[in-house]
Amino acid sequence: MPKDGGIGSSTKRREDVRFLSGTGRYTDDINLHGQLYAHFVRSDVAHGKINGINADAAMAMPGVVRVFTAKDFEGVGGVPCGWQITSIDGSPMQEPKHPVLAEGKVRHVGDPIAVVVAESLGQARDAADALEIDIEMLPAVMDMKEAIKDGAPKVHDDLSSNLCYDWGFVEDNKDAVAKAIADADHVTTLELVNNRLVANPMEPRVAVGDYDMANDEHTLYTTSQNPHVIRLLMGAFVLGIPEHKLRVVAPDVGGGFGAKIFHYAEEAFCTFAAKQLRRPVKWTSSRSEAFMSDAHGRDHVTKIELAMDKDNNFTAIRTETYANMGAYLSTFAPSVPTWLHGTLMAGNYKTPLIYVNVKAVFTNTVPVDAYRGAGRPEATFQLERVIDKAARERGVSPIELRRQNFITEFPYATPVAVEYDTGDYHATMDRVLEMADHAGFEARAEQSKKNGKLRGFGIAHYIEACGIAPSNLVGQLGARAGLYESATVRVNATGSISVMTGSHSHGQGHETSFAQVVSEMIGIDATQVDIVHGDTSKTPMGMGTYGSRSIAVGGSAMVRATEKIIAKAKKIAAHLMEASEGDIELKDGQFTVAGTDKSVAWGDVTLAAYVPHNYPLEDIEPGLEETAFYDPANFTYPSGGYACEVEVDPDTGKVDVLSFSAADDFGNVINPMIVEGQVHGGVAQGFGQAMMENCAYDADGQLISASYMDYAMPRATDLPMFKVDHSCQTPCTHNPLGVKGCGEAGAIGSPPAFVNAVIDALHRGGHKVEHINMPLTPDRVWTAIQNS
Amino acid sequence: MQNFEFVRPTSVADAVAALKGDEAQPMSGGQTLMPTMKARLAAPEILVSLTAIDEMKGVRKDGDQIWIGGGTTHATVARETAESYPALSSLAGRIGDPSVRSRGTIGGSIANNDPSACYPAGALGSGATIVTDRREIAADDFFQGMFMSALDEGEIVTAVKFPVPQKAIYQKFIQPASRFPLTAVFVAHFGDTVRVAVTGASSDGVFRWTEAEEALQGNFSADAVSGLSVSAAMMISDLHGSGAYRAQLTKVMTQRAVAALA
Repeated sequence: MPKDGGIGSSTKRREDVRFLSGTGRYTDDINLHGQLYAHFVRSDVAHGKINGINADAAMAMPGVVRVFTAKDFEGVGGVPCGWQITSIDGSPMQEPKHPVLAEGKVRHVGDPIAVVVAESLGQARDAADALEIDIEMLPAVMDMKEAIKDGAPKVHDDLSSNLCYDWGFVEDNKDAVAKAIADADHVTTLELVNNRLVANPMEPRVAVGDYDMANDEHTLYTTSQNPHVIRLLMGAFVLGIPEHKLRVVAPDVGGGFGAKIFHYAEEAFCTFAAKQLRRPVKWTSSRSEAFMSDAHGRDHVTKIELAMDKDNNFTAIRTETYANMGAYLSTFAPSVPTWLHGTLMAGNYKTPLIYVNVKAVFTNTVPVDAYRGAGRPEATFQLERVIDKAARERGVSPIELRRQNFITEFPYATPVAVEYDTGDYHATMDRVLEMADHAGFEARAEQSKKNGKLRGFGIAHYIEACGIAPSNLVGQLGARAGLYESATVRVNATGSISVMTGSHSHGQGHETSFAQVVSEMIGIDATQVDIVHGDTSKTPMGMGTYGSRSIAVGGSAMVRATEKIIAKAKKIAAHLMEASEGDIELKDGQFTVAGTDKSVAWGDVTLAAYVPHNYPLEDIEPGLEETAFYDPANFTYPSGGYACEVEVDPDTGKVDVLSFSAADDFGNVINPMIVEGQVHGGVAQGFGQAMMENCAYDADGQLISASYMDYAMPRATDLPMFKVDHSCQTPCTHNPLGVKGCGEAGAIGSPPAFVNAVIDALHRGGHKVEHINMPLTPDRVWTAIQNS
Repeated sequence: MQNFEFVRPTSVADAVAALKGDEAQPMSGGQTLMPTMKARLAAPEILVSLTAIDEMKGVRKDGDQIWIGGGTTHATVARETAESYPALSSLAGRIGDPSVRSRGTIGGSIANNDPSACYPAGALGSGATIVTDRREIAADDFFQGMFMSALDEGEIVTAVKFPVPQKAIYQKFIQPASRFPLTAVFVAHFGDTVRVAVTGASSDGVFRWTEAEEALQGNFSADAVSGLSVSAAMMISDLHGSGAYRAQLTKVMTQRAVAALA
């Protein structure tokens, strides 16, 4: 039994007291004295030339302080991209400038053209209506394959084409893969779309810029998953503000899902304008703005080929993907379809040869970047879909085909450059089939048939590489940042502890689970430990939270810092007990001398550290505060088996999800309740992608799913109660907690399980439907049945 | 939202007078108009609230009909017709969400005639009478196409009178984002006649599927409809469903409605 409040206990989330009682402090709750309001005037066309902007009438409107346009940003840097990809031919990716406000051209619906700053938001909006903007429409670049043809209109006139990069991985394997496919006994081919999504965090983005003239200090309050990253990117690349003069605060943040990783123009604008106007400037995104200005996710068009020998052993995989970058490169956009996608193409299977080609394309759409899973859902989806198709073509069970090709020996070096440290895929497969009562499925299918419904069973397995990432490795791969994490453990005189972490919680429950780790290590009550995050003036330089990295990387930094604390505390304890340091043991908050009944309490030692009257001053410094930076040796590799059971109404195409089971291997688990909640959320988002969510543009580049009237978000009533389990545990071998990360798993593993279940149901009903592109709306399912 | 003058008359006569003002616009529950104004797609000079007019509120028996004041909220209709007209109660109780049902009104919905709204199907399917400040209009004459009705400028829906069929049902298939009907069918059986009203499907707004009505009058069973088909030509085609799909839903929802009643 885990100790109450310690590692492994389902301690209730302490942060929920404020979240559930309406006393959280979000960025929009911050209102500074003399604050002005910014309203962004955005393009309503996808592509156009700005012939002129006349702000005279707007400037004359009541309450207007200033109207900003691109002219005001001459000499200011563009919004930077944090990852460079190299094309097959050795050339660097094409990297267009991303101005804070549109220069000369608008490139997507929502591209900011001007900003009206006024005493009130209403006045800013009224004045925006008086702004005269002359835009000459240009043809919109929408279809990726068309966009890279010769003569296609260009999103960026100064680039040679709309092709950002053409990436081959592993290029040295290309010919061998081609030969293996040519020589294969059977090749299964599938073409599919990974649908574009809008992240839709409950809290929209907000930025408040403030400038202290007396000290020449800037403060930006923003809805960010990584305030230090924003400080670095905005300070160094956009506005030229050194770190010691720029503080970035991301207080309570109401969900991110990736969309709040990136540095956005609105943050730079508010910081810049606050100095220009000598008054705080606030911008709060409306929900409509969020649809057209938050980075979107996914949007891949892929062809995958799976080659097999006569015994159905996988011999090679080849994929060709078109990845939509949108109109500009968002912060980490280039890495998503490449290193976060190509390296995952082995999945759980021992395929000896793999080749991945990705063409990243600029279009007149909102920039696309990481969204929960980021590249890994795209890899998992195509692999798990093509395996199901292959099983059908070969007349074998999709479960057995997976089992036959599972990797069983670890560590396992994939042909796509990563080394899985641990895993047991048969165990998660066994567990999920048991949870889903696979044995009883046929009887249930029979019952559905009697009711005129088609029941289907879908299985999917996933592997993800998270806990990102080893800095030296990602540096070689083009990252312009390190991906370590940091923690400072500050022990106070009476023994209570403040942990300053570079990780950032925006719904993950760090304040609870991180405290569980530190308190367990020392053996004190978890209530004695507070977690501080989200303010660059308080926390050491850290890279923030995304990529299921916080417990694996941030937690490891915290462990290392706490180990330093314990080592020093033992020295102090040894002094106090006049014993040898090597004989000191720490258990349940008591230091003892091995083999004696001598002991001193944690609080005695911490007090001695700060009141060093009886203290080994000749050996160690007073105080008890340690910092550690942890750089992981490898990615972590959570994996799992997901099973889904659906019923399709053949007359309407409506799909009811009847059950969903998830057997995950996250290694060791700190707080099972929080982990289960993360899986629930991930699966719900995976369901959204698979069944409902569709960010759609028309041919002219108008966003036609620009509100909740047309963008379908899942609701609780759309979903069954999930069965989740994390009892299969193969701990990570290279971090001190043996943890792997759980935040993205649900969104990575579930979409193919949903789609596989629907396709299975249709086949059982005699409809030879091989694939339906997500989301599997009733209309699409019914139409597929009609066309089968 | 832009600035406007706000008036809140307490009688129909005062409301009618107020609506003679320049760029005046009536607003009942505001569940359509408020979002439209917030998006700056509507900017009335004078907003005439209809929420303080007692004579436009309530549900009562009126001979063998049910009289529902135009300013009555969906929640009230759902509650107060639960026994007298369960199909209408069920329709009202499934509009939007609790907050929409607590503000939105039957008169506002009918006057707006959104092609995907629920009430137009209930009114047309029931053969209701729309009562205004100046006349009574049969539902068959009232709904005249997408967002179009027989109402004149400044005319207010003060009440709707529903005949009560022997049996009726509202079969709704929701659009997954808005949760409005993607296609919904109201089927009412009056003994000698059957009415079938379809909403969400046609680009002309709510309509009666007369072919199905005739077939069902002779044989009130799902089979009676199975040989029929609706033309997809006039159907709405959008992100959520093609015209052909809406035509299919029209038929399937009608069959399911009849099967549930038969």
